[in-house]
Amino acid sequence: MNIPMSDLYVLLPEIFVLTMACIILIVAVYIPKQLMELNYHLAQVTVIGAAILTLTNLTESSSIVMNNMFIHDPMSILLKAFIYLITFTVFLYSRQYLRARDLYKGEYFVLSLTALLGMQIMVSAAHFLSLYLGLELLSLSLYAMVAMWRDSKQASEAAMKYFVLGALASGMLLYGMSMFYGITGTLELQKISEVIATGKIENTLLAFSLVFIMVGVAFKLGAVPFHMWVPDVYQGAPTAMTLFISAAPKLAAFAMLMRLLVDGLQGLHTDWQGMLMIMAILSMGLGNIVAIAQTNIKRMLAYSTISHIGFLLLGVLTATKEGYSASMFYTIVYALMSMGSFGMILLLSRAGFEAENIDDFKGLNERSPWYAFIMMILMLSMAGVPPMLGFWAKWSVLNQVVASGFVWLAVVAVLFSVIGAFFYLRIIRLMYVDKPEDLTKIVVAADMRIAISINGLGILALGLFPQILFQLCMNVF
Amino acid sequence: MLLSFASLAVGLFLLLAALLITLIQLPDKILILGLIVTVPVLLLMVAYLTYAERKIIGYIQIRIGPNRVGPRGGLQPIADAIKLMFKEIILPRTSNRFLFISAPILAMAPALAAWAVVPFAKDWVFSDINAGLLYILAMTSIGVYGVIIAGWASNSKYAFLGALRSAAQIVAYEIAMGFALVGVLMASGSLNLSAIVEAQAGKFGFFSWFWLPLFPLFVIYFISGVAETNRAPFDVAEGESEIVAGFHVEYSGMLFAVFFLAEYLNMILISALTAIMFMGGWLSPFVGTPIEVWFSWVPGVVWFFGKTAFFLFLLLWFRATFPRYRYDQIMRLGWKVFIPITIVWLLVVGVFILAELPPWFSIEGGI
Amino acid sequence: MITLVFYCLSAILVFAAARVITVRNPVQAALFLVLAFFTSAGIWLLLEAEFLAIALVLVYVGAVMVLFLFVVMMLDINTDSVREGFARYFPVGGLVGVLILMEMILVLSSTFFNKKAENISLDVPLVDNTTALGRVLYVDYLYAFEIAAVILLVAMVAAITLTLRNRKESKRQYPEQQVKVTRAERIKLVDMTSDGN
Repeated sequence: MNIPMSDLYVLLPEIFVLTMACIILIVAVYIPKQLMELNYHLAQVTVIGAAILTLTNLTESSSIVMNNMFIHDPMSILLKAFIYLITFTVFLYSRQYLRARDLYKGEYFVLSLTALLGMQIMVSAAHFLSLYLGLELLSLSLYAMVAMWRDSKQASEAAMKYFVLGALASGMLLYGMSMFYGITGTLELQKISEVIATGKIENTLLAFSLVFIMVGVAFKLGAVPFHMWVPDVYQGAPTAMTLFISAAPKLAAFAMLMRLLVDGLQGLHTDWQGMLMIMAILSMGLGNIVAIAQTNIKRMLAYSTISHIGFLLLGVLTATKEGYSASMFYTIVYALMSMGSFGMILLLSRAGFEAENIDDFKGLNERSPWYAFIMMILMLSMAGVPPMLGFWAKWSVLNQVVASGFVWLAVVAVLFSVIGAFFYLRIIRLMYVDKPEDLTKIVVAADMRIAISINGLGILALGLFPQILFQLCMNVF
Repeated sequence: MLLSFASLAVGLFLLLAALLITLIQLPDKILILGLIVTVPVLLLMVAYLTYAERKIIGYIQIRIGPNRVGPRGGLQPIADAIKLMFKEIILPRTSNRFLFISAPILAMAPALAAWAVVPFAKDWVFSDINAGLLYILAMTSIGVYGVIIAGWASNSKYAFLGALRSAAQIVAYEIAMGFALVGVLMASGSLNLSAIVEAQAGKFGFFSWFWLPLFPLFVIYFISGVAETNRAPFDVAEGESEIVAGFHVEYSGMLFAVFFLAEYLNMILISALTAIMFMGGWLSPFVGTPIEVWFSWVPGVVWFFGKTAFFLFLLLWFRATFPRYRYDQIMRLGWKVFIPITIVWLLVVGVFILAELPPWFSIEGGI
Repeated sequence: MITLVFYCLSAILVFAAARVITVRNPVQAALFLVLAFFTSAGIWLLLEAEFLAIALVLVYVGAVMVLFLFVVMMLDINTDSVREGFARYFPVGGLVGVLILMEMILVLSSTFFNKKAENISLDVPLVDNTTALGRVLYVDYLYAFEIAAVILLVAMVAAITLTLRNRKESKRQYPEQQVKVTRAERIKLVDMTSDGN
């Protein structure tokens, strides 16, 4: 064996998550029904434990272990920390919803934890193989989670679409990776970038392979024109699963983008810049405009996701360190906002009732002023209204875009944001102006009430002091 | 008639092709000679195994068994063979002709081809390939195609049911079998069958063999072998009392005989493999004991065939003794009992190896 | 000799692979796929990759395809309905396919095919196939190997989660309860006056 113990020490969080997932898998089979809560607590302990293990092993420099497959650097630590935070909150939000739908099973937690493991692996990937395998682990868990609610035809359909298109995207990605392997003779991202830097390889070939990688990544991110699955999956999946998909995996996808394009293919940035630009404009355009026409809030948020992905790509395409950190800041902020919004949908749903339509938010102010206020913060932040956190995210990205000389691109982005603001504000109008149709009392468990309040207020508070989070993102690059 | 010989010829050709492919790296004159001798010997063994079966089960049931043809009925198998050869082969009109005829060949070819890596005695082996154990597993797993295709091509409900049953059963028990062999592989540190036998040579003769440290695996391997060959008490695939002989219900004459040959060849193969993996193959049971010299004149091949014969006897004994398992019981035994036990025992073997448990795993003796 | 065997195997392989997609009956298609696997295993043997060849036969021919055949035989797939849309979608699909092909040719023809094949270093290690593979899997790529194992575990968990459900209408036996049954539970003695008096 030539794998030193110190390598395994770096891997501890991943090993811990896997072990706990296996333990929950076994525990869930044997515990009686009355003790079902144990699964939940074990899962939360896992997330907290992994967070502790990750945060006790801080580092300023990057080190690559496990035969050059695993990278341990500040970016991975920061992203993992937020992935833990989001997963923890997602479990908390989903609890009530899942319980009401007979989905509150050990399998949900096992699959969520394996998805978490997949994200950890992706975030720390230094090798095409580990990147791809992490992605597959994440995707496979997500497909199963979407399909888990078998009484719902919609969910099965969504899972099927997700699976087929996801498999297609994986194929594209793999094809691109294999081309790079053929060209450079290595699968290690660092070595690939070294080989490209020598300049000996014909650019046509590299660009050709890059196209496949980009298609695969765009599929996974949900950028136009590879976005077809996003609305259907967001709408069809049980809301708790949509919540899961919409938040933490976006961070992992961002990490994948960074690992591939920056760690591995930085030398080709002139090529991918153009591709990203087209995808960013199309995503922002289509996402914002189509979202206006939606009546289903999950679908609307799906289109809003697409537009946010477009914004996120803007930061990456500047190909500067500041641009990357702005993009990362944007991704984290987006994940937090998305988590809050879907959390609100979960909160309004109850046994036998899905708060899916925008009309379900009608007159929320009369039913519960506090939740209406939280939702308003989230929507304003999504729209990018100062002084919410979302505004600073947009601002920092646009700042970098302008700094890199793409002024026209920034103008286009702002235009689309203004269009997009319309449908966020429509929800606020519905909540405050219209009369409620559904007068059922909103029953929420205390932990969720506190969590969602913190989520909403946090976005407001961090918006007042954006430097805290922004500085964290700046430091990692 | 013509068809039957044609099919047999094709079967033998397939076998030769399979062998040639495996052996392409070592072209050897002795090899061809060995082939010419071995195949008829195996077929003769099959013939007399059927005789032995009828006799042994006869005696167990306090009957005499065949006693009309030849002295004590000794020519009975020859008579049976001749009878089968001259019987008409009936091809059901709605069957898939090509597959219907090729199914028995597909059952037979791997059963014969597996013998390519079996060491009969020290250096008495056609192909001493490194991945011999894997090759055996591969060949035994292909045998199921004959059954499935026969069931499907017959276009008959009974045949199809039998094929499905047997396919599910074979797949289930193959896993347990594979895991049991992984234990052997861990203990011997090699995939080569000759090396596996050599690894069992030790100071304590009979007790140095792998059957003792790998006892659960040994038992499971043999029982799974019984299930793999669709023998009683795991013969639901044939189940003559419920699905009237299962997958080969539509077969007659020589085509039926080929299935029969394949089944008995597989029985011999499983017994031989059990002898090799767990009972020291060609090794004398007295190695290392004071009486070793008394038996040193006995050639290894005799020990090998003696052990094989013992396991064959066990197979026949099972058939005469146990009632047939119900289908769900077979599945439960395979998936819920055997597979977990083998996995647990693999862990135990791992501990043995780490602890260098003598005499099997001590560094100088075992690996 | 080896070249001859290679060409024979390749011919069978190409034929079988072509039949997999052209044959009408799904069972026959699956069987042709088996043949294709088998012949490609033969070709690997010619390359002296005996471990991989045998593993291919063991895993694909011996396990995967058996299960596949099993399913295909049980489901009576009506191939006509699958083919129905073919004529309708063919022009669009064909067009896209031709376009992609043209693009690839355009991009690659100038650079890729004109290159001479570089010499592949044939520094064959002194260990045998099995050892070499073991070293790659369990030492060099241990991390990837473990993740792949987790993926398989997830696939298994997912498959069971999605298919296992206790249906109300499904019937099953509970032998342990059957054994415990007492006479009182099953038989009720009723006093009756006999007819006719």
